[in-house]
Amino acid sequence: MIPAAFDYVVPRTLPEAVAELVKRGQEAKVLAGGHSLIPLMKLRLSTPSFLVDIGRINNLNYIREEDGHVAIGALTTHHDIEFSDLLRQKLPLLSGAAAQIGDPQVRNRGTIGGAAAHADPFGDFPACLLALDAELKVVGPKGERSIAARDFFVDTFTSALEPDEIVREIRIATPPTGSTGTYLKFSRRSQDWAIVAVAAQVTVSGHNVANVAIGLTGMGSRPLRASGVEQALRGKGAHDDDIRAAAERAAEGTDPPQDLNGSPDYRRHLAQVLTRRALEQITAHH
Amino acid sequence: MRRRVAVTINGTGYEHEVEPRTLLVYYIREQAGLTGTHIGCDTSNCGACTVELDGHTVKSCTMFAVQADGAQITTIEGLAKGSTLHPLQQAFWDEHGLQCGFCTPGMIMAAKQLLERNPNPSEREIRLGLEGNLCRCTGYHNIVKAIQAAAKVMAPGAEAKAPASVS
Repeated sequence: MIPAAFDYVVPRTLPEAVAELVKRGQEAKVLAGGHSLIPLMKLRLSTPSFLVDIGRINNLNYIREEDGHVAIGALTTHHDIEFSDLLRQKLPLLSGAAAQIGDPQVRNRGTIGGAAAHADPFGDFPACLLALDAELKVVGPKGERSIAARDFFVDTFTSALEPDEIVREIRIATPPTGSTGTYLKFSRRSQDWAIVAVAAQVTVSGHNVANVAIGLTGMGSRPLRASGVEQALRGKGAHDDDIRAAAERAAEGTDPPQDLNGSPDYRRHLAQVLTRRALEQITAHH
Repeated sequence: MRRRVAVTINGTGYEHEVEPRTLLVYYIREQAGLTGTHIGCDTSNCGACTVELDGHTVKSCTMFAVQADGAQITTIEGLAKGSTLHPLQQAFWDEHGLQCGFCTPGMIMAAKQLLERNPNPSEREIRLGLEGNLCRCTGYHNIVKAIQAAAKVMAPGAEAKAPASVS
């Protein structure tokens, strides 16, 4: 399968890349790791006439902690996130989700900035970024702005990015002591997209849940928060009965799709079961 | 507009003009003439086109040749040293890790990275590490055995074993 013909430029800096996007308008697409865009171009579901390859811009591949935040450069690969000691220690939700994306070859090329900008409702990182209240730093012709994850993911394959904006960095407040997370993904084959997945981040204080955030993958046209579960558990005990009752609210306010992998009812069931398992797994450590 | 791409494949430099839409696997097979790398599904699933690019495996059907400009690439042709097979190639032979052989070049490139990242993997880790490579013949069982056998040979400090004789 051969993509439609296009022209191609390799800017060396982000301002150069933005200038190319401004010049080319809607006909241009940003190419990072290419593991969402190239398959779509090969199927000719996407036929941009111009690609701006940001893959050679320096200093966009990093994971570091600064000012109480973990900062991840947009070109950081899923592999680097999976194997980052910092993330495994501070944000196991994210490194654990990275390990479940695609397969090793895909994880060597795919990037977190690209995955966010692609805004696939079945993608794994969007629900994690939503659960972690991440901020996305984006650059455009008017300079830089910061978009909260809850505002960033708008609809299927639609983010709040303007056509001439590029994700530069993802920032996540370092979780406090006692806070940890996990990503549970249900799919039929190992390298598949999720049918449903749950991103859970819980702060346990003593025997109580001080804070809880649940992000859902595959339960609507964008990643969603299971706010019913969060309300039911926040400030309450972390006993089995509490968790079971709260997890039953996981599908509240969702609009899961019907496709060959499952019905909306099946997805609601999966969301409840995966939420319960995620909460049990996290609180079992306390 | 055509672009000049210069890459090093298995230690040899190649330079060609290509269309930006030329996929790396077509460049390797048709421009460089190295047909050991196979095109299987052409949809990023099967892994038959797996090559090593700057030390990391990639599916060369899911990358443009222009993205590889300047890269060091290793393909299946780059593994044997003269007439001595790479330990993984030898192990796939000895353990019958292939039947039709179509997936084998990609399977071995994926296995090579797996053992570089984890020299002593469990059976489960091997199966997980191969999740990007599909085989329709073997049921994977002998592939796993081959990688376990190669891991023993390749382990740091292992005696360099003479290849098993094949009659």
